[in-house]
Amino acid sequence: MTENSILTQIPILNRLFRFQWEPSSHRHVLLYPEGMVQLNESAGAILTHVDGERSIAQIIEALQAQFPEADDSLIQDVIDFFTEAHHELHWIEFT
Amino acid sequence: MNCIGSNLPEGVGQPLWLLAELTYRCPLQCPYCSNPLNYDLNKTELSTEQWIETFRQARKMGAAQLGFSGGEPLLRDDLEQLIKAARELGFYTNLITSGMGLTLERMQAFKEAGLDHIQVSFQASDAEMNDYLSGNKRSFQEKLEVARTVKKLGYPMVFNCVIHRENIDQIDKIIELSLALESDYVELATSQYYGWALKNRDHLLPSKAQLVAAEATTNRYREQIKGKSRTKLIFVVPDYYEERPKGCMNGWGNLFLTITPDGTALPCHSARELPIQFPKVTEESIESIWYRSTGFNHFRGYGWMKEPCRSCDEKEKDFGGCRCQAFMLTGDASNADPVCAKSPHHHLITEARDNADLAQPAQGSMIYRNRKNSQQLSQTQAADLIPAQQVEME
Ligand code: SF4
Ligand code: SF4
Repeated sequence: MTENSILTQIPILNRLFRFQWEPSSHRHVLLYPEGMVQLNESAGAILTHVDGERSIAQIIEALQAQFPEADDSLIQDVIDFFTEAHHELHWIEFT
Repeated sequence: MNCIGSNLPEGVGQPLWLLAELTYRCPLQCPYCSNPLNYDLNKTELSTEQWIETFRQARKMGAAQLGFSGGEPLLRDDLEQLIKAARELGFYTNLITSGMGLTLERMQAFKEAGLDHIQVSFQASDAEMNDYLSGNKRSFQEKLEVARTVKKLGYPMVFNCVIHRENIDQIDKIIELSLALESDYVELATSQYYGWALKNRDHLLPSKAQLVAAEATTNRYREQIKGKSRTKLIFVVPDYYEERPKGCMNGWGNLFLTITPDGTALPCHSARELPIQFPKVTEESIESIWYRSTGFNHFRGYGWMKEPCRSCDEKEKDFGGCRCQAFMLTGDASNADPVCAKSPHHHLITEARDNADLAQPAQGSMIYRNRKNSQQLSQTQAADLIPAQQVEME
């Protein structure tokens, strides 16, 4: 998949997972049958914007607005995250 | 924001996983049941309010996964209420059920209450075997219906089947059934030898040859479905065929918290069989139980260890194995888990393996988990316990 085509994809969370904030450990997690992934800050920040409506390009825009100090590597980081989350980890599906 | 973070004992994890054994009542009689042999002695069950209070406290301490199990959790009429309360607290809610008596209406009610996942356990692939193993005639058709409905209602479908000597040769049929039901996860877990399963071990432990064949079959199916189906096949080998024990429960009192029907808090679901006092949630807060009770601190860290574990460089990997297995097989819960090849009691395991190679490894018939047997075993067990404790004091 080329970078341009991935940017237009609309990600949605795989129905096997639930994404939420854990107040007692101060981080986001993905919960699934009898298991849990404790997410790092950037994965948590990205997944917060996944709603099944916004494209990856729009999510990048939202993140840039949220973290104005971030440089251009943010774009590649988000693309890499979604590529891995889709192909390898199966957290994400594309609508 | 809660601030239990301030005075935590060093290195103790949060109880992320809460297992609520709602009741010991159950319509099935599985011979590998992990409930205590004497489950029938104590029929007390926490009330709805007591359970919800337990969930609230555990959630505050970081628990995120909640398993409703038993016995058969469906026998609690307030299950809908408990699910709703747990979901509102932010738990990921898992229902671990045999599926017996589960109607469409009730599954819909669970869905509305916010249940996240139903795990349906099967005994084997065909009605005859299934009924034979669970001691109940109608169970199989019902389960199939339940599994199909789980899928229809959009739940993740976790197909669970306990694998043992008598059904392991049908593992191909079991896998095919799980695939036909479009399961998301398939757990083929060989029985672990606690509680009833230990009583029936010679009937249940597969031979090495059976195990090798079953693993090969599972791998063949994994290859077959690759790229076609997302179904994840998980095959759990019995620790009896390992040379090192498993890192039991990720360490004692480090991740798992089990609450039994009467509110006793345990670091794992079989710890009740240990000669240790465990506190009740009706008498103490969970925070105090988890961080300060003698029961939960008993096997934390490494100070309790004996040789060969004490001076072993692998102790941080497996924590000396399972305390319950050490106690049940050697009479002393501080010994190394006999599964370990370094344990002086390892012969107990290799003898069981050799025995499993015999054509007729077991004497007598299987002992099914039911009230009559429980009452009988509670009497003999009380007599058994005395010499075991003496061994420990020597
Ligand atoms: S293992 Fe079988 S008998 Fe034991 S609680 Fe589960 S369904 Fe009931
Ligand atoms: S001796 Fe004890 S700590 Fe070492 S590997 Fe065996 S069980 Fe684990």
